[in-house]
Amino acid sequence: MTNISVEDITGDAPQQEPRTDWKQYFSFSTDHKVIGIQYIVTAFILFLVGGIFAMIIRGELITPESDLVDRSVYNAMFTMHGTVMLFGWTFPILTGFANYFVPLMIGARDMAFPRLNAVAFWMIPIAAILLMASFFVPGGPAQAGWWSYPPVSLQNPTGNLINGEVIWLLAVAISGVSSIMGAINFVTTIVKMRAPGMTFFRTPIFVWNVFSAQIIQLFGLPVLTAGAVMLLLDLTVGTSFFDPTKGGDPVLFQHFFWFYSHPAVYVIILPVFGVFSEIFPVFARKPLFGYKIVAISSLLIAGVSGIVWVHHLYVSGTPGWMRLFFMLTTMFVSVPTGIKVFAWTATIWGGKLRFDTPMLFAFGALILFVFAGITGITLSSVPIDVHVNNTYYVVGHFHYVLYGTVTMGMFAAIYFWFPKMTGRMYYEGLGKLHFWLAFIGTNLNFFPMHPLGLQGMLRRVSSYAPEYEFWNIIASIGGFLLGVSTLPFILNMIGSWIHGEQAPKNPWRAIGLEWLVASPPPVENFEEIPVVVSEPYGYGKSEPLVAEH
Amino acid sequence: MKIRNILILSAIAILLAAVSLWIGQWTYSWMPPQAAAESHLVDKLFSFLITLGAFIFLGVTGTLIYSAIFHRAEQYDTSDGPPIEGNITLEIVWTAIPVLLVFWIATYSYQIYEQMGIQGPMEAMHIHIPIGMRSASAAPINGDAGIVSASPTSSIVSTDATSNVIAFEDIEVNAKQWAWVFRYPEKGITSTELHLPVNHRIRLAMQSEDVLHGFYIPAFRVKQDIIPNRNIDFEFTPIRIGKYELTDSEFSGTYFATMRANVVVESPEDYKKWLAEAANRKPCTANNQAASEYAQESKELIKGWVTVAPAQAPVVNYSN
Repeated sequence: MTNISVEDITGDAPQQEPRTDWKQYFSFSTDHKVIGIQYIVTAFILFLVGGIFAMIIRGELITPESDLVDRSVYNAMFTMHGTVMLFGWTFPILTGFANYFVPLMIGARDMAFPRLNAVAFWMIPIAAILLMASFFVPGGPAQAGWWSYPPVSLQNPTGNLINGEVIWLLAVAISGVSSIMGAINFVTTIVKMRAPGMTFFRTPIFVWNVFSAQIIQLFGLPVLTAGAVMLLLDLTVGTSFFDPTKGGDPVLFQHFFWFYSHPAVYVIILPVFGVFSEIFPVFARKPLFGYKIVAISSLLIAGVSGIVWVHHLYVSGTPGWMRLFFMLTTMFVSVPTGIKVFAWTATIWGGKLRFDTPMLFAFGALILFVFAGITGITLSSVPIDVHVNNTYYVVGHFHYVLYGTVTMGMFAAIYFWFPKMTGRMYYEGLGKLHFWLAFIGTNLNFFPMHPLGLQGMLRRVSSYAPEYEFWNIIASIGGFLLGVSTLPFILNMIGSWIHGEQAPKNPWRAIGLEWLVASPPPVENFEEIPVVVSEPYGYGKSEPLVAEH
Repeated sequence: MKIRNILILSAIAILLAAVSLWIGQWTYSWMPPQAAAESHLVDKLFSFLITLGAFIFLGVTGTLIYSAIFHRAEQYDTSDGPPIEGNITLEIVWTAIPVLLVFWIATYSYQIYEQMGIQGPMEAMHIHIPIGMRSASAAPINGDAGIVSASPTSSIVSTDATSNVIAFEDIEVNAKQWAWVFRYPEKGITSTELHLPVNHRIRLAMQSEDVLHGFYIPAFRVKQDIIPNRNIDFEFTPIRIGKYELTDSEFSGTYFATMRANVVVESPEDYKKWLAEAANRKPCTANNQAASEYAQESKELIKGWVTVAPAQAPVVNYSN
């Protein structure tokens, strides 16, 4: 039916080398599962790097004075923290999960373009190494924030052609090209390679969300990449797209940047919504409430996300009509998002709940996301944004999204699929300890940012007025706690990957094609491509997912 | 639905509404003092949004936590829950209500926005147009915005948008890496401290010499980016005597955090006195934190990298 290219690679392909060979993870493998794990592990290493930068930031801000690092070092820290966490952690880890699970969930043997997939992955370590190398060039790494707004980003005090900002722009462009390659691959795979019988309305929500997210990548990323290249030209060969002294317009860059970088938030959060939609039915033992409307709302979010970017420019000198138009569109994002939140709540309601670690993380992340949603609505309103724009209120809001929801959601996904990916069970006790440290740490770290922002404390400051000290101390303690929370996680992952109990095919009694194959799945996943005969969340209905053969 | 259930749900809704209203009132204490007419409007809107938000947050998380406590599976119970796949009525309701809420919030925000008359850039570009052609959004705030009681002496500020007799206080703002300079064109004096007469509509003509800067006074709830090579016109009305802080709100490079200035709101008499006093002072170089830090050897544990040199410390009539 919809499956076209899998049949010709089936059949007598011999079983290749055993999957326990660790060397394959350092090779140019074209197996989507190897690439998936390569993405996830690379992303996690970069998460630790970005986390160290965050600790230095919180260390500096624990006192009002600038006294831990020099101001230029501080500026480099928050620039690299934002860059590494977004381009090194959230995007790659989500691409990793999508890589590993989309083919499995739709009943395909691999991605549509396996070699393109491998190339896209290997660009990430290259971009990351470039970024880290910028610490060793004269003048240090980029210091203009992850937005890299000109003219600050065009000021080059070293006078060198090779400087932190140039390297930063190259790294962002490489990461952008990598993601565009990935997007083409995912969209093609999802449209063309679903197993027979898997119509769109039998496709798991995770796949729907990856699909929606990758469509955003396709229309948004070329714009960001173009903006980065134009800024690079301004910086190196003296063009004047954005340089006001030569007639350029610095605000134009902000449009280029946010046209992609706001939808990027949905690229990041949609797959996490997908993870929620997979986990809640399993641990509540109930079908996903309102499956079809949840699926469609993902596409709605992707659609609306293309017309909200100017809400980052309310005070950048945008005309009144633009402020009001984008206020309305931004508020409308809350409608499809609200549908999802209510659907998850209804899925959980009246179920037979079990709080294993994946459920704990997903449940905690949902509560934190509802909080972030409320502050997000206040931010969309122009008069309020005029007051809190560029303050810690915004920083608090998006860390509730990016740590509270996305990172916690990613931990939920790791624990949920760890048995499938490694063939081992993780240690439940360490998982729960990780959750509680992370949940408490998140609130201690990011809640105080809201009162700070309302009081007027600006983001990106290396020193601040003494009256902001109290909440900053709490936030720093929370930040260090988040650092500590990764220790039981690392211990758990390494320990259980080596010594963990053997995992069965389907430890959660979950419904889904990925749970029908061995843990870990064999190369090329399915001996015989399954024929799907029902909707994906049939908990309590005791109907088969695939046809008997 | 049974009457008993309806009663329980109504009781919960009333309780939630009461708690949300209380949280909404509490929001006023999270804000800096209300030192400008604009701050009353923003705080009112914020309180409203938080009231609504608190209701939704408590409703959703309350439901989730109730489930987490009371809908747990027994230890050895491996059966599934009820296979409920959806409920069309419920789904329509929870789509329609947010749509209506969005329109309500957007309309209310729009009204507040109109009352604030925040200057957009189109207006900003009109700086050369005579005052008589000012756009409607530059009109001062009307009495019904709740500021009349807060500013009993606001008679100086006309409440009629079409009249041209509004007492404007025109001040030029110059931002550079990393200093603020304020120029009072009538007296031809300059200062690094922003003095403002209370209950007057203030009109700023803002310019940046180098990079993007942001004009932000938290106590006034107003903020506007300043874009190099553009004139940005900006208005607000301080209504409370006191000393506040102006900060740079758009990241402007290494010494960004030092770019602060005092804002002194004083009675019109004190303001006039200050203008006269400043006019008598000879211009001299003001203290500039960025310049002095740049000149000093870095004291921090981790030394920094080469950085953009600060602009010349400003030479002004009045500095603190």
